[in-house]
Amino acid sequence: MSPLQRRDLLKLAAVAPMLLAGKAWAVPSASTRLLIVFLRGAYDAANVVIPTGSDFYYQARPTLHIARPDPADPHAALPLDSDWSLHPALKDSLYPLWARGQIAFVPFVGTDDLSRSHFETQDTIELGQPLQGSRNYGSGFMSRLYEQLAGAHPIAFTDQLPLIFRGGRAAPNIALNSVGKPGIDSREAGLIQAMYAGQPLAASVNEGFQVRDQVYRELATEMTAANRGATSPKGFELAARRIGRLMRSDYNLAFVDVGGWDTHVNQGGATGYLADRLGELGRGLAALSEELGPEAWNDTTIVVISEFGRTFRENGDRGTDHGHGSAYWVLGGQVRGGRVAGEQVRLAAETLNQNRDYPVLTDYRALIGGLTQRLYSFSPPQIARVFPSVQPKDLGLL
Amino acid sequence: MDHQLHPSSTDPLPETAEAEIRALPVAQEPLAAIVVRMDAQNKAASQLTDPDQKKVAQQTYQQAMNDLAHQAAARSLLRDLYSPDQLQEQLTWFWFNHFNVHQYKRDIRAMVGDYEDQAIRPHALGRFRDLLEATLRHPAMLRYLDNDQNAAGHINENYARELMELHTIGVGSGYSQKDVQELARILTGVGVNLSPNRPALKPAFQALYLREGLFEFNPNRHDFGEKTLLGHRIKGSGFAEVEQALDILAREPATGHHISLQLATYFMGDDPPAAVVDRMATAFRRSNGDIATTLRALFSSREFDASLGKTFKDPVHYVVSAVRTAYGDQVVLNTQPMQNWLNRLGEGLYNHETPDGYPMASAPWSGPGELAVRFEIARQIGSGPAGLFRPPGAASDQPAYPQAQNALYYGAIDATLSPATRTALGKAISPQEWNTLFFSSPEFMRR
Repeated sequence: MSPLQRRDLLKLAAVAPMLLAGKAWAVPSASTRLLIVFLRGAYDAANVVIPTGSDFYYQARPTLHIARPDPADPHAALPLDSDWSLHPALKDSLYPLWARGQIAFVPFVGTDDLSRSHFETQDTIELGQPLQGSRNYGSGFMSRLYEQLAGAHPIAFTDQLPLIFRGGRAAPNIALNSVGKPGIDSREAGLIQAMYAGQPLAASVNEGFQVRDQVYRELATEMTAANRGATSPKGFELAARRIGRLMRSDYNLAFVDVGGWDTHVNQGGATGYLADRLGELGRGLAALSEELGPEAWNDTTIVVISEFGRTFRENGDRGTDHGHGSAYWVLGGQVRGGRVAGEQVRLAAETLNQNRDYPVLTDYRALIGGLTQRLYSFSPPQIARVFPSVQPKDLGLL
Repeated sequence: MDHQLHPSSTDPLPETAEAEIRALPVAQEPLAAIVVRMDAQNKAASQLTDPDQKKVAQQTYQQAMNDLAHQAAARSLLRDLYSPDQLQEQLTWFWFNHFNVHQYKRDIRAMVGDYEDQAIRPHALGRFRDLLEATLRHPAMLRYLDNDQNAAGHINENYARELMELHTIGVGSGYSQKDVQELARILTGVGVNLSPNRPALKPAFQALYLREGLFEFNPNRHDFGEKTLLGHRIKGSGFAEVEQALDILAREPATGHHISLQLATYFMGDDPPAAVVDRMATAFRRSNGDIATTLRALFSSREFDASLGKTFKDPVHYVVSAVRTAYGDQVVLNTQPMQNWLNRLGEGLYNHETPDGYPMASAPWSGPGELAVRFEIARQIGSGPAGLFRPPGAASDQPAYPQAQNALYYGAIDATLSPATRTALGKAISPQEWNTLFFSSPEFMRR
């Protein structure tokens, strides 16, 4: 029995009286895993999930466009359906998932927030609250999700606890790229725990050491290998491998963010800056899936999100500026993918939002609400506590 | 207490610390010069046509901007560590956080030093109304909350909303969306001007134009229509409307209560007793928003005395107190390790993205992940100089040894430790480990 399952049994035992009292707590299967990947900086959705069926796309992006699918051309886009194609940088990492029907793309997704401000809109998304009314910065949507779940083991793979996980039930966070051998050894940890015994912080102190040790134990083999001179991945690929290992055994409700998508200048096309970032992201997600292994992957759902899209037309700096609608990715072993899902519109100057960028046809709260409702069999009141004042949209992706 | 509440502006730090601050470029160059210079550097970089040259120039610009923020943080931490006016320094942090700006928005890294030093610190124990206006007139705030883009016909409500929701009367105090819109109209034309030129103005506007450094009130961009704010009618008159609005907001009883609650939470921890907050709010109102008077009502209360030693330290209090305890009066030569520790603990200086500032409550700082990192940092501070005594540019630390088991410890702290803490400390096998355990102890986590 993995530690995850063992702890679930204990937690379920603790929750049972509440179930009996008729309090509707969703109890996810111990192995259901959800990871949200936030691409901070607003990635250029139109050059990743590419509307190759649109002549307007080619007119709007004279230097940045990706060529229409062509098996003979390694720089050409990879066909998804008659309207859409995928960036070639994802050929060896995520495109195989498409063939297996384990990844779907949802274009024209986003928020009502038209500020086009990164901070403002990232906050909007992480809070997941209605735009009207004042914001509660102490209540992120993954924290509310956690509150609705028994048997969830949350974690943010970030330097600081992100807004998305702030709330009444706080999640631990850990910066994966700086995990090292703990400086506090087990004897010292024992002495520290003894100082806190019987005090209000005792449980937090103990859990802190436990998370630290769990993460280090899981990753120690890989780190030793790296120390012996084996090639080790860097950046997101390194973090993603670690996430895969940790989510296989210990954590099932997780968040990670990846920066560097604010491509105002020289973003490149089939190759170049954005292609490199995408390649790294794709390799990371593939590695994560590999580390999970087939059994755990089968119970894993990953949602890749971003705060907004970018201008449909390229700017004068061979880049793109802040836009509106984005495209989200949903991947996982149970995902009914191999399709571009959600409401769509033929791309033309008059169908763009403010003649500038993608309109939002699918509200991100409705999308993630629909996904989590399926994932955890939430009742309508439960999902309303996670995403108030929005009707979940079930696109049949799970 | 009198001296802490009314520090003279000339109380010096130890000479080593003063010299370190004097040597910082950010302490030598006026704000306007820094911002204009950086703006020119940024524009020059973006005008380069060769993509590689452009990239290098933009990286150089970013590095220079980071340096400016690091220098500001160095000055701030040196004052936190060594200023005789400890209350003023704590309140400087508190008010910066209350009127938060985030360094990574636009060119604010070039402004945070001046914002802290000139807009916040001189008023930290003065009149709230003066502090409020000092923040309103500072380009860091006008940039951060987008008021430099707020003009008649192109309303940006961002600052107007936060001015009521966070800075003064507080959320839920009864203002409406209409009040936000009206205050936004009042604030039209309040902005930032980097150029030495004033805009072309018709004769009637000449006398209404204001300029002070980068701050500008431009009547051309102002909505001169009549407004109603919280039931008060305000006639279109230019910047005088802003003065009137700030008077109204500062005088609202909700403001006194909101500020008192925040101050009490900062000094006493979660859920301060309502009676203390009420007494502070009364003092605030009777003194016309005098911060020192408001704090006197707090510090002279029995409830405050009873709270001492029970408030969980946020990361800033934790790191500053640990470094000070470890090295006493031996002035650190490099605060960068402290800045890094604060970032790792999630409370980096000038680094909170959102206008609400870092939380006053203890829960966000005492979770499992936070505590595990805190113990690691206890070990780094306790085990050796850790870069704190490496002068800028040098390869290694000058000799320095952390020693928490000092005269202060034996004189005052030793007797307050619990048996469990004493037992653990007694098992330390080296002075470094003793420091680590002491900085990890429940007693050291509280103030």
